[in-house]
Amino acid sequence: MRYVTPRKAAIGMGASHSGTAHHWWMTVSSVALALLTPSFLMVMGTALQLPERAEILMYFTRPYPAIVVALFMTLGMMHFIKGTRIMIDDYFEHTARKVAIILSTAFGWVVIAMTLFALARVQLAFAQAV
Amino acid sequence: MVEFSLPKNSQIRVGKTWPKPEGATNLRKFKIYRWDPDTGENPRLDTYFVDLDKCGPMVLDALIKIKSEIDPTLSFRRSCREGICGSCAMNIDGGNHLACIYGIDEVSGDVNIYPLPHMAVVKDLIPDLTHFYAQHASINPYLITKSPTPGKEWKQSIEDRRKLDGLYECIMCASCSTSCPSYWWNGDKYLGPATLLAAYRWIIDSRDEATPERLDQLEDPFKLYRCHTIMNCTNTCPKGLNPAKAIAEIKHMLVDRIV
Repeated sequence: MRYVTPRKAAIGMGASHSGTAHHWWMTVSSVALALLTPSFLMVMGTALQLPERAEILMYFTRPYPAIVVALFMTLGMMHFIKGTRIMIDDYFEHTARKVAIILSTAFGWVVIAMTLFALARVQLAFAQAV
Repeated sequence: MVEFSLPKNSQIRVGKTWPKPEGATNLRKFKIYRWDPDTGENPRLDTYFVDLDKCGPMVLDALIKIKSEIDPTLSFRRSCREGICGSCAMNIDGGNHLACIYGIDEVSGDVNIYPLPHMAVVKDLIPDLTHFYAQHASINPYLITKSPTPGKEWKQSIEDRRKLDGLYECIMCASCSTSCPSYWWNGDKYLGPATLLAAYRWIIDSRDEATPERLDQLEDPFKLYRCHTIMNCTNTCPKGLNPAKAIAEIKHMLVDRIV
């Protein structure tokens, strides 16, 4: 049992003086994703219509599809990391909150790394073949 | 922390059904949450029948009639009976309302009455508002100035005074805060719509000189940014105020400081 006045309980440890940058980032990245999503869907739709695997790989060596995919996945996963943080703060507390933040952050960056690695690999394979 | 089910000792049981008044033809059924901390029993839902021909039109009239004529142990707060003190805020028919200005005829079917949601209960329909009031006190809800006090008064233009309309009318009934899921789940840290509306009332006051300190005090992922614009607060406010807009304005001011 703790004897704490209601005022002390309400004040807690005070304000962290953070959160606005996070809020602004979510707003900016939402707008960016809203603009990028149609381009990403068009690129993926075009790629999925190609009959051969080699043609698909060739398609992603072109600058426009590669840049759109890299931008969308990087921005999308960074938006995911910060977005899930909001839900984690709502639904978890204490150690579970910390573990969930670590897992969602790690997942997001692994997906970004895999995407960029795949695109770079296709580009390098193309460069070697040429 | 989010809770999807009630703890065992808070689960509501079927309570007593009180006898119908004799000779009444215009009866209305009221199901009312009852809990007495002294008995150690779980909460229960008691059923009462009120003769509407001998009762005022508001839910509070029925509660007073029940307490006076049927069950004097029923506990609830009330004072002004005209929607200005905020004492009788409770959950009626699934929404938070002031019992004194909420008509019985606005409810279809049985009238279900519970205390304000997700608050500790003192007894029956009386929630414990200690933390809610302490949160309000924590934002320093009074004029803070640094300039020398003028001889007569702190002047304010008509235009600046108008900015306080829709803010100063809050009666602190807690209907908005207790309708907010973010406040249910993180009410220990999240200030909630009522307190944030009050905070904005002082931030926007042209005479107040502590705006930077007030904004600093609010900039926190939990104190302010738990608001996800769910809008329950605005929907439920019995005074027709818009706490969600006030919170959005605070966020807007904080963004303006960094962009």
